[in-house]
Amino acid sequence: MASTTDVGTRPGPGPGVDTGTTQPRRRRPFSVKRLPGFATVAILCFVMLYAPIFTLVVYSFNDGTSIAIWEGFSWRWYEAAWANEQVKEASVRSVVIASFASLIATTVATMAALATTRSRNFKGQTAVYAMINQPLMVPEIVTGVALLIFFALIKVATGYTGLAYLVAAHTAFCIPFAYLPIRARLESMDLSLETAAADLYATPWMAFRRITLPLLWPGILAGLMLAFVISLDDVVITEFVKSAGQDTLPTYMLGQLRRVVTPEMNAISTVFFSISVALVTVFFFLSRRRR
Amino acid sequence: MAIGEATSDSQAEGTGVEPAASGAGEGAGEAAHRQAVRRKWLLLAPALAILVFAASGPLLIVLVYSFLSPGPYGGVEWAFSTEGWFRVFFTRDIFDDTVGPADAHLSIFWRSVQLSVLTTLLAFLFGFPTAYFIATRERNREVWLFLITIPFWTNLLIRTFAIMEVIRNEGIINTALIALGLIEQPIQILFTDFSILLGMTYVYLPLMVLPLYASMDKIDFRLVEAAYDLYATRWQALRRVIFPLVKPGVIAGSILVFIPSLGAYVTPRVLGGGKNLMVGNLIELQFGQGRNWPLGAALSITLLVIVMVALILYVRNASRSGAEHG
Repeated sequence: MASTTDVGTRPGPGPGVDTGTTQPRRRRPFSVKRLPGFATVAILCFVMLYAPIFTLVVYSFNDGTSIAIWEGFSWRWYEAAWANEQVKEASVRSVVIASFASLIATTVATMAALATTRSRNFKGQTAVYAMINQPLMVPEIVTGVALLIFFALIKVATGYTGLAYLVAAHTAFCIPFAYLPIRARLESMDLSLETAAADLYATPWMAFRRITLPLLWPGILAGLMLAFVISLDDVVITEFVKSAGQDTLPTYMLGQLRRVVTPEMNAISTVFFSISVALVTVFFFLSRRRR
Repeated sequence: MAIGEATSDSQAEGTGVEPAASGAGEGAGEAAHRQAVRRKWLLLAPALAILVFAASGPLLIVLVYSFLSPGPYGGVEWAFSTEGWFRVFFTRDIFDDTVGPADAHLSIFWRSVQLSVLTTLLAFLFGFPTAYFIATRERNREVWLFLITIPFWTNLLIRTFAIMEVIRNEGIINTALIALGLIEQPIQILFTDFSILLGMTYVYLPLMVLPLYASMDKIDFRLVEAAYDLYATRWQALRRVIFPLVKPGVIAGSILVFIPSLGAYVTPRVLGGGKNLMVGNLIELQFGQGRNWPLGAALSITLLVIVMVALILYVRNASRSGAEHG
C-alpha cells in the first residue's frame, strides 16, 4: 500500500524528475552539507572532551605519585582506594541513597506520566509541568540552601538526623529525569491495543498490567537508570543536606580535592566513571530498541 | 517517513473525534469525565507531594528567611529585618554608618554574569561545528552522538577533577612544556578566572551540542542546495539559511549552558581555589563561615530571579520564533 501511493504520486512534475536530471551534471566532490573547517573543530572538540578523562584513567595506573610522569604500571592506587574505609562507606551510602531515590522517583514519575499524557489539556496542566520540571530550572545551589534551611527546622523539631533527608532530596530532583523518558515512551505508544483489551472485557487494571506496563517497560527502565545516575552524581544538594558523617562518594571526593591529591582519587574516579558509562550504555540501547 | 506521519495524523484525528462523541451523552459523560479527572490527580499526588516537600516548598522558606535577622552562630532569629536584602546591594560603614554600594557582592555577581556569558559563547563556538558535524554524518551518527552523551552523564566533579589534573602546575601540560624546554617555570593556569572559564566550557559543552544537534537533525538540506544554486557562498548559506533554521536550538543550548554556569558551585570551588568566587560560592559562604543566613537567603533569591528572567526571555523568544516559522 505504502509503495503504491508513493509511485502513484511521483510521476508528476515532482522532485523525482528534478534530481534525475541534476545528478549527472553535479560534480561529485561538492557536498551541500560540507562546511570548511567544521569537521576539524568537531574533532578537536572530541579530543578536548576525552583527553582529560583519558589522562585521568591512565594515571590511575601509575606506579608513582605523579599525575604527569609515568613510572610504570601498578594497581596500588586501586588497592589503596579499596582499603580506604571512608571510601567504602561513602560508596555504599551513595548506592543506598541512589537505589531508594531512583526507585521511588521512577514509581511516582510513572504514575505522573500516566496522568499527564494521552489526554486532553486539563486545568492546572501548566502548573503541574512547572512543578515536575522545577528541579531542572532552579539552580542547584538555591535548592541546596532551601533544603538546608527546611531540613534544619525539621531536624530541630523531630531530632531525626538519618539518611531519609538525603533520600527525599534526591528523589525530588530525580523525578523529572525519570519522568521524561517514560512520558516520551507513553506518547509514542499505540492506543489501539489498550482499546482492544477494553473491548475484550479487560478491567482497567488488567489492561494496564498486561498491555500498558509491558509496553512501557523500556521507558520505565530508562527512567530508572537515568534517575540512578543523576542521584549517584549529585554533589551540590548532597553537600548542603548531609549531616555530619553522611558523606556520599562525590562529597567525599569534593572534600579530598582541597588537600594534596594522590592518584588514589584517579582510581576512584575511574571506577565511578566506568559505572556511569556502563549505565548510560544500557540506557542508550534501551531507548534505541523498538523505536 | 511520510507514511509514519500520515498514520500519526489519522490517530490525532481519531482522538479529536472523541470529545464530540462523548458530548452526545450528557450526564454519563460528565460523571465519567469527573472520575477521570479525579483519577488523574490521584496519580499525580505522590510526585507532587514529594516535589512540594523537597523542592518547591523550601524555596518559600528561603524567601521568609531572607527577611529575618541572623543568629549569632548561624541560623536565624525570628525578628523581621530587611538587613539581609540591604546587605546584598549596600554596605554600611562600621564606624560612621555611611552607606555605600556592596562592591564585593556586586562585583561577584558581575563576574559570574561575565564568566557565564563567556562560557556560553565559547561553548557555542565549539559546539556549533561539533553539532553540525554529527548531524551531517551519513553513517555512525549514533556513535558520535553517544560520544557526546557520555561526558554529559559523567559526574561533573570527576570531569572538573580531570581538567584540574591536566592544567595544574605539576600537570601534564606544564610538565610537557617544561620537558620540551618551551618554558622554565610552570604556567599558573589553575586557580585563575581562565581556569574557571575553561572548566565550565568543558563541563557544559554537551548541554550546548545536544539541543543544537536536535534542531540541525531536522534541517532540510534542499534549502541549502537551493541557496548554492542561487550562487550563495558557504558563509552566506551558513549565515542566511542554516543559522536561521537552527536558531531555536541555539537559544535552547545557550540557556542550558548559561543557567548552570551562573549558579555554578563545584567548578569555581575546585578550579578557582577559593579565591576566585562566583555567586554560588558567595551564597555557600554565608551559610558556612559567614554565618549570615538571611544574607545568604537574599542572595539565593536574587540568583533565582536572574535565572527566572533569563528563562522567561527564552520562552518569549522561543514562542516568537516558533510563530515566525509556523
